[in-house]
Amino acid sequence: MKKAVVWIAFTFGLPAILISLWWIVTAISPNFFFPNPGEILVPFFETWFGPRLWLDVLPSILRFGVGVVIAMVLGVVIGVVVGLNRDLRSLTEPTFEFFRALPAPVLIPPLLLLIGPNDAMKIFIIALASIWPVLLNTVEGVRAADSVQNETSRSYGIQGFRRVRFQVLPGAAPQIMAGIRQCLPIGLILMVISEMFNTTAGLGFAIIQFQRTFAIPEMWSGILVLGLLGYGVAVVFRIFERRILRWYHGLKDLENAS
Amino acid sequence: MLPDASAPLNTVSHGRTLPPEETLLSVRGLQKIYETDGGPIEAVRDLTFDLGKNELTCLVGPSGSGKTTLLKCIAGLLAPTSGEVVLDGKKVTSPPKKMAVVFQEYGRSLFPWLRVAENVELPLRNAGMPKDERSRLVAEALDNVGLSHVPKSYPWQLSGGMQQRVAIARAIAYQPEVLLMDEPFAAVDAQTRADLEDLVRKVRKELGISVLFVTHDIDESVYLGNRVIMLSSSPTIVQEDLIVDLPDERDQLETRSMQRFTELRHHVYEQIQLAKKGFRPDDAVAQSRG
Repeated sequence: MKKAVVWIAFTFGLPAILISLWWIVTAISPNFFFPNPGEILVPFFETWFGPRLWLDVLPSILRFGVGVVIAMVLGVVIGVVVGLNRDLRSLTEPTFEFFRALPAPVLIPPLLLLIGPNDAMKIFIIALASIWPVLLNTVEGVRAADSVQNETSRSYGIQGFRRVRFQVLPGAAPQIMAGIRQCLPIGLILMVISEMFNTTAGLGFAIIQFQRTFAIPEMWSGILVLGLLGYGVAVVFRIFERRILRWYHGLKDLENAS
Repeated sequence: MLPDASAPLNTVSHGRTLPPEETLLSVRGLQKIYETDGGPIEAVRDLTFDLGKNELTCLVGPSGSGKTTLLKCIAGLLAPTSGEVVLDGKKVTSPPKKMAVVFQEYGRSLFPWLRVAENVELPLRNAGMPKDERSRLVAEALDNVGLSHVPKSYPWQLSGGMQQRVAIARAIAYQPEVLLMDEPFAAVDAQTRADLEDLVRKVRKELGISVLFVTHDIDESVYLGNRVIMLSSSPTIVQEDLIVDLPDERDQLETRSMQRFTELRHHVYEQIQLAKKGFRPDDAVAQSRG
């Protein structure tokens, strides 16, 4: 019982304080463009739990999901191939670093011209932006495979694709998961930005539209939806990560305890 | 029995070779030179010896005497610069199926993402062995090393000695003819080490495999081996090849308090001290010739 109270206090304590502050600030100095939390609550449900759910929210989530999954799969596959080959590594490294450093949103205008204002373009830009952390982390994880583990595999005839499956991938998994953790918020950012150009649907589009039509509480409620979406993605990731890397967390806990 | 009344030691100052029918593993003129940025480094100069069937031979030498290099060449993990290793009449160019290696760094050799039984099973799974047979071999191997009770633990949840037992179980489940062990007990405490030494003797006897055991511990080499090959300092050659004529039944207390054990230990210790000072049998030969 006491434990539950403490958990609730820790989890919801800071959000409660922030919302209270928000309420006080908006009560002291009302501002048309910054409504109080109560004013956002009703539009939040009215706006997003209606037709907009499947017209704007779900398509956005779908594009995000497809883009990010493409990034993860390609990132890991290319990362393993490059990570295992020293020559390929030195050949690709500068190029990869260049693309990683390039802010992906600047590619939207040219891609609009090349691909067009459609789903394919949005998924492409999401995947393109979020592949780099996965790819570079996979390369690093594969490259740093433990030398004794490598020799163990070799001495037991574990080679080629089976070595990748039995040793290289599991060994690099902590680093790969770190890359995936970084790629998710990037994908979410590109999801929103890609919907702010030349489109007629999606979460990003809806927020811009509300702003232009002075539907201020609706605009803020859209931002709330995005925040919750990002939070939800992080929670789902955490559950998967804990499951896949159970051994790793156990090992680390043990090392930290001693 | 007084020391000077004891039998002479059965030792020669080169590696012993055996007739082909008794030989399991042959090392012939093995040389390994590492090419480094600072120029070539000759780790192993010229090693020749045979390992017989059903033999437990210890390789002992001062630190930095190329023991690990030699073992990796034998295991097919490292290509020798010249000379060859022959297992069962076939030249070793890559890790042979009939050989298993137990590494010193058990913590890094076992895969931390696999449970104990899965670690033991992996080489068999990789070889495409059917599930039933795999399970049977894994259970037998774990039973052999006294770890039947922890198949579902992760290796890192176990003590160092138990982890090395898992590595030994993995090696014997692989059903090798030769087991190569690279200073396997250097990182475990003394009591655990004594248990593991007896385990190796027991497993070797029961399964009838040959063991080549690399160690820097002189007591361990005499206690474990039927034969001790002493290596010179680097660049390595065989300094001496000594038959350990202790009774086959070894016991940590009885064997270690035998007069003969002390003599053998004394002799090996002297030779290793000589090796550390840079004495080499080839120098002696050269001098007597010159």
